[in-house]
Amino acid sequence: MAILVKDIFKKFGDFVAVDHVSFEVQEGELVALLGPSGCGKSTILRIIAGLETPDSGEIYLTGKQVTTLSPQKRKVGFVFQHYALFKHMTAEKNIAFGMEIQKKSKAEIQEKVHALIDLVKLQGYEKHYPDQLSGGQRQRVALARALATEPKVLLLDEPFGALDAKVRDNLAQWLRDFHQKSKVTAIFVTHDQNEAIEISDKIIVIRQGKVEQVGSAREVYEYPRSKFVASFIGQVNVMDAVISQNRIQIKDTDHVVENTSNDSLDEGDVVLLVRPEEIMLTPEKQQPNDLPILIRQIHYRGSHYEIDCELNGLNIKVIENKVDLNKEQWRENQQAHMHFKSFRIFDAEEGHERVHEKLKEAGYIE
Amino acid sequence: MEPMAYGQRQWKNWVMKNRLLRYFSSQIDNLILRSLSFFYIGILIILPIAALIAKAFEGGMASLWSNIVTPQAIYSLKLTFITAVVMVIVNVVTGTATAWVVVRYNFPLKNIMNSLIDLPFAIPTVVTGIMLVNLYGPNSIFGAWLGKYGIEIAFARPGIIIALLYVSFPFVVRTVQPVLQEMEQDMEEAAKTLGASSFNIFFRIVLPTLLPAILTGAALSFSRAIGEFGSIAIIAGNIPFKTQVASVYIYGELESYNQQGALGLSVVLLLCSFIILVLLNLIQIWSRKHEGTARSN
Repeated sequence: MAILVKDIFKKFGDFVAVDHVSFEVQEGELVALLGPSGCGKSTILRIIAGLETPDSGEIYLTGKQVTTLSPQKRKVGFVFQHYALFKHMTAEKNIAFGMEIQKKSKAEIQEKVHALIDLVKLQGYEKHYPDQLSGGQRQRVALARALATEPKVLLLDEPFGALDAKVRDNLAQWLRDFHQKSKVTAIFVTHDQNEAIEISDKIIVIRQGKVEQVGSAREVYEYPRSKFVASFIGQVNVMDAVISQNRIQIKDTDHVVENTSNDSLDEGDVVLLVRPEEIMLTPEKQQPNDLPILIRQIHYRGSHYEIDCELNGLNIKVIENKVDLNKEQWRENQQAHMHFKSFRIFDAEEGHERVHEKLKEAGYIE
Repeated sequence: MEPMAYGQRQWKNWVMKNRLLRYFSSQIDNLILRSLSFFYIGILIILPIAALIAKAFEGGMASLWSNIVTPQAIYSLKLTFITAVVMVIVNVVTGTATAWVVVRYNFPLKNIMNSLIDLPFAIPTVVTGIMLVNLYGPNSIFGAWLGKYGIEIAFARPGIIIALLYVSFPFVVRTVQPVLQEMEQDMEEAAKTLGASSFNIFFRIVLPTLLPAILTGAALSFSRAIGEFGSIAIIAGNIPFKTQVASVYIYGELESYNQQGALGLSVVLLLCSFIILVLLNLIQIWSRKHEGTARSN
């Protein structure tokens, strides 16, 4: 096991930034710490690097306890959101810095710098100062600098957060390819769910200093364990509902969704979550429990259409692929019917999925 | 709106037809302001310098030179530079350290400390001199106590250096402070994760980043020091060949109606100011080398 975070707790004044967080990262894994800003994800990363000291808990790197070790001795590579390049040094001097500290020979440093410049595709920019480089180039220098000391783990704090969309995609793609080849153990912090889904092997969702869910991108998206995870990762429609007699009734409507699973449901208030792409629109009622809705607006989104619908004053977002959509079929202010291809039910109070335990038993999720 | 009178309209049309006039009429307020500020700076700043140089070279180069190389003048120049250099060295260390404390630490009374830093600029330098004499003079309690151990401050070189330190303290602090504030700590953190010791971080990362600001502060306090008059005139006692600095020597020459002697050293001090000005600009160009060409993203 490359990284083990064990029951970490950290307070800043009265604010609990990290609330008894534990997780592990296997050798060669690329893990995303995903959460909204201020959720404590960066603090966790900084604690792993030794840049912050936890109030309690332990950190293990490659099996060794490092909780009290200084950052200098942890042998981690750290990449900062705002690059943190040494402004008075050229790109190659920045990259060489860590090796110079390690007192490597001149020839060795030169060779390594050359290889790293090639790796991050910065040929021709060796003698440039950070302020003569674009944001994407600066972050490449920062990556090369972090890799130069051959760290056991690579920690990236919102590495693409300050970049343009195009540059970000490019660099994210580069990071994924690099990880495929090098298999270096890495954790990166992000608030961008798409970035997490695209790049990582495993996503750790953090909320208010706590681990909310750990799983692959698919697991976290398809089987969110809480209302928070479901609504944070991907778009989602939220509807209040009530369960009685094994039927789910959407509140303030007389519309009922049949429970199609074999398990009976506990009665009570629930929240129904349906992703926009899980809703099918039909002009005519096709099944008895299809819900009549009103199409309000149709937005063209390039690869798909986003359709805003209204169900008894509630806004419902529907995504239809272009191929599915017969342009003549839908007009704004048109009546239609919707059918849920799938949905999730959460406790109204706690926001945890009701059927979670059952899904687990059935082997759908870990 | 009132329609324009016929004549006025004709005039306007004629102006609009003429390209050159059109240019001037659109630039006229701009042009007036520019000429005025040039004129003002010329009269206020350049003209007195020209007057000094004209007067100094009136008797020819040789006579000017002979006024500069008198033993008393040379001694006062040497003393000025030695005390200024010692002050600058101390000021660079204490000023940088003070800026560091003010930027990096939080403590009670920090705001008061921050305003105290500017106090030397606000106090008239003559008053500074009187304060120092009252503290370190042989007739004061502290000065007498120091005297018992053979430590002489007032009417001696240490007095001059302390006066210079007092009046130029804010320079280094106030030039280093904003750079330190802007310098994000993630640069130091990055160095830490790369294995650099605190010693290495300070000398290889922090100091080079602050260096342009430190040098600027040093140059400013040096130029202040070679011109300082009020506080030194009082604390130093102005004993020729002992505690007489250049500015006080110039004043003394004027007092004894030797205008040529005063002009000689004035030209030397003026030249120093020019050199410092050029130096300051070079520092700025040098430090901007890494920053001026910044591209967005």
